[in-house]
Amino acid sequence: MTAIPDTPSRPSSILEADARTRKRNAAEKRFRMYGLGAIFVGLTALVLLLTSILMQGLPAFQQSYVTLEVPLLEDTLDPSGERNIDDIAGVISFGYNGLIEQAVEDAIETQGIEIEGLDDPAEIVSNQAAAQVRRFVLANPERIGTSETFRFLTTSRVDQYYKGQVTMASAERDSQISPQQLQLAEALAEAGLLEQSFNWNFVTQPDASDQRPEAAGLGVAILGSAYMMLIVLCLALPIGVAASIYLEEFAPTNRITDIIEVNISNLAAVPSIVFGILGLAIFINFAGLPQSAPIVGGLVLTLMTLPTIIISTRASLKSVPPSIRDAALGVGASKMQAVFHHVLPLAGPGILTGTIIGLAQALGETAPLLLIGMVAFVTEYPDAPPEGFFDPATALPVQVYNWTQRADPAFAERASGAIIVLLVFLAIMNITAILLRRRFERRW
Amino acid sequence: MSFAKATASVAILAAAATAASAQGREQVQVAGSSTVLPYANIVAEYFGESTEFPTPVIQSGGSSAGLKLFCEGVGENTIDIANASRAIRPAEVETCAANGVSDIIEVRIGYDGIVFASQTDGPAFNEFEPAQWYQAMAAELPQDGEMVSNPNTNWTDVDSELPDAEILAFIPGTKHGTREVFEEKVLLQGCEDTGAMQSMMDMGMDEDAAEEACMAVRNDGAAVDIDGDYTETLARIESNPQGVGVFGLSFYENNTDVLKVATMGGIEPSTETISTGEYPVSRPLYFYIKGAHIGVIPGLKEYASFFVSDQIAGQGGPLADYGLVPDPELAATQQKISDEETMSADAS
Repeated sequence: MTAIPDTPSRPSSILEADARTRKRNAAEKRFRMYGLGAIFVGLTALVLLLTSILMQGLPAFQQSYVTLEVPLLEDTLDPSGERNIDDIAGVISFGYNGLIEQAVEDAIETQGIEIEGLDDPAEIVSNQAAAQVRRFVLANPERIGTSETFRFLTTSRVDQYYKGQVTMASAERDSQISPQQLQLAEALAEAGLLEQSFNWNFVTQPDASDQRPEAAGLGVAILGSAYMMLIVLCLALPIGVAASIYLEEFAPTNRITDIIEVNISNLAAVPSIVFGILGLAIFINFAGLPQSAPIVGGLVLTLMTLPTIIISTRASLKSVPPSIRDAALGVGASKMQAVFHHVLPLAGPGILTGTIIGLAQALGETAPLLLIGMVAFVTEYPDAPPEGFFDPATALPVQVYNWTQRADPAFAERASGAIIVLLVFLAIMNITAILLRRRFERRW
Repeated sequence: MSFAKATASVAILAAAATAASAQGREQVQVAGSSTVLPYANIVAEYFGESTEFPTPVIQSGGSSAGLKLFCEGVGENTIDIANASRAIRPAEVETCAANGVSDIIEVRIGYDGIVFASQTDGPAFNEFEPAQWYQAMAAELPQDGEMVSNPNTNWTDVDSELPDAEILAFIPGTKHGTREVFEEKVLLQGCEDTGAMQSMMDMGMDEDAAEEACMAVRNDGAAVDIDGDYTETLARIESNPQGVGVFGLSFYENNTDVLKVATMGGIEPSTETISTGEYPVSRPLYFYIKGAHIGVIPGLKEYASFFVSDQIAGQGGPLADYGLVPDPELAATQQKISDEETMSADAS
């Protein structure tokens, strides 16, 4: 009798994971957690960075102003009384401080403000005020002898008091402001003469010296950056696109093109300061271009951006399927016609995206500009292009660097404000790149 | 072929813009010391708004870097003025001459004080002597006839009068002009005061070697070189309540709400004590004008005379407000600029 063989029992159910599967699943789960963790760390860093910059920088867009009636005394402004514009221009702005002092004292009197132990009440008004009055007097010499109402910036300490950076206690120790002067500011605010408002000047006005942080603005830096971007766009885009079309579509594949290819990739990785050294040696010392000029900055940044543009252009040319070329060639188009009529338009969005990203990278670059004299104190706007390309200017990241080095604490706020402006520009450029890609990109 | 055409025309436009040669430079170009920079900025601003000339362009980067640029040659693409927180060195004058920069006008604009400050609510560093700094900072101290590495780790080791705090000083890095003043006016002075210099010479060192040993700063972490500017020193002091930092007088005066200053040799630093020479640690500030550029670059001589005019650099002027100690011999300097008196003429 033969025994019926036992049916071997199933080692396990497919509904129940065995040890090995569990192990593999756990590994996958852990990996996902690591990934999430990495993203979380990255996001936290970003949020921290943005919050700290916004917290420090947003106040720069608000500024305190004081409205005062300034007597335009003839004795001070035009001692000869002849209204000769050269004589009037002979009084430098420092000489107008007496008028500002008078104006503050008048305001104290008419408002009936009494503060014990108040010294130098005019110290609450910015040094910029004298320049403002002088400009007005030179434009309207006939107004000498009358009085005129002006809206002045307050000094940065008063402004910082309203932003919470200066307190009565810190003013006690501060040589630039006294608690009595802050009380005066409060009294003027109560009388409606001192208020905070949005500070367009921060975006439009040029830089100011260390004594007038409240007047410093980004005007010259924004113009300088814009000029450089224009130069980079006009030079790097055509050169980069032409180079990549030739390399991708026409060049034979041999040792020389291989070497060129490797070197383009190498160039993309060269530290940007090296381009600055090159710029100083070639464009300034050899070609004799002026120091601190956007033209030199633009040329240096062009060299820096070229590899980025070439690499991204070649990638987008490569992504156009060969069937497009073959079809064009098949109906009798020349190679050039095939490239310019069919391949290039299809690669366009990719090229634009690459260019914009290259430009954004160039916009944020400081290191090469250090060496070509663009890290400078420039308060005159450059002229309109093309002459303006040769006038001195700074750039946005350079202005940030400059302001962080200044002694007055009010410049720290402005440096963060400048970072915000720079980030806004970068965000606009990157968003444009994404939109262009979304709108025009063709997928096969 | 529209794309090709567009690309070509853009390229031609760009080339045209590049080719348009720069016309004569209109504004004065200045570079140099970061200590002189704020003063130069202030003057440039007043100069630009008060005269028909454009505002000069001021670059920073340090005295040596500025003088190097200055000595690169003459011509519109070189700078006109170098700011310096020390006098030009003979070697630099030679480099200048080799590159054709021979007529150099030296202008002393005033004095800058160097102060020792710490956090307002930190340890009570209120009085210092050069001798204490020497003993705290020296790399090696003479002891019983031989040099031993500095054993002091706490200020009380140096002097029981000083507060009980670990020695941690933020001093200017070697690329700063301030460092030289610190070494010569504080360390060397302290070395002589303590008699350490004498005992080193007794040990058989010659004078130069002894001076060098006096000025050698320890590198075990108690003395931190700051290669950046005073804002970096301030940031270090803010994160290290026990620390003491070396600042310029003007920087301190702009930050009196967070810093407290110590006296040196019993003298409180102020524009008055520095101008009378009572406060020991100070240095002259200069700028150097390229004589060959006067009359070529519009406004160059005017800027220089404006800088040292009584209204600007004198007592009560904006520079003194910012912390510059006015030069008692300002009138002579003004004369020197109006005569365009160069350095070579000085020497002969």
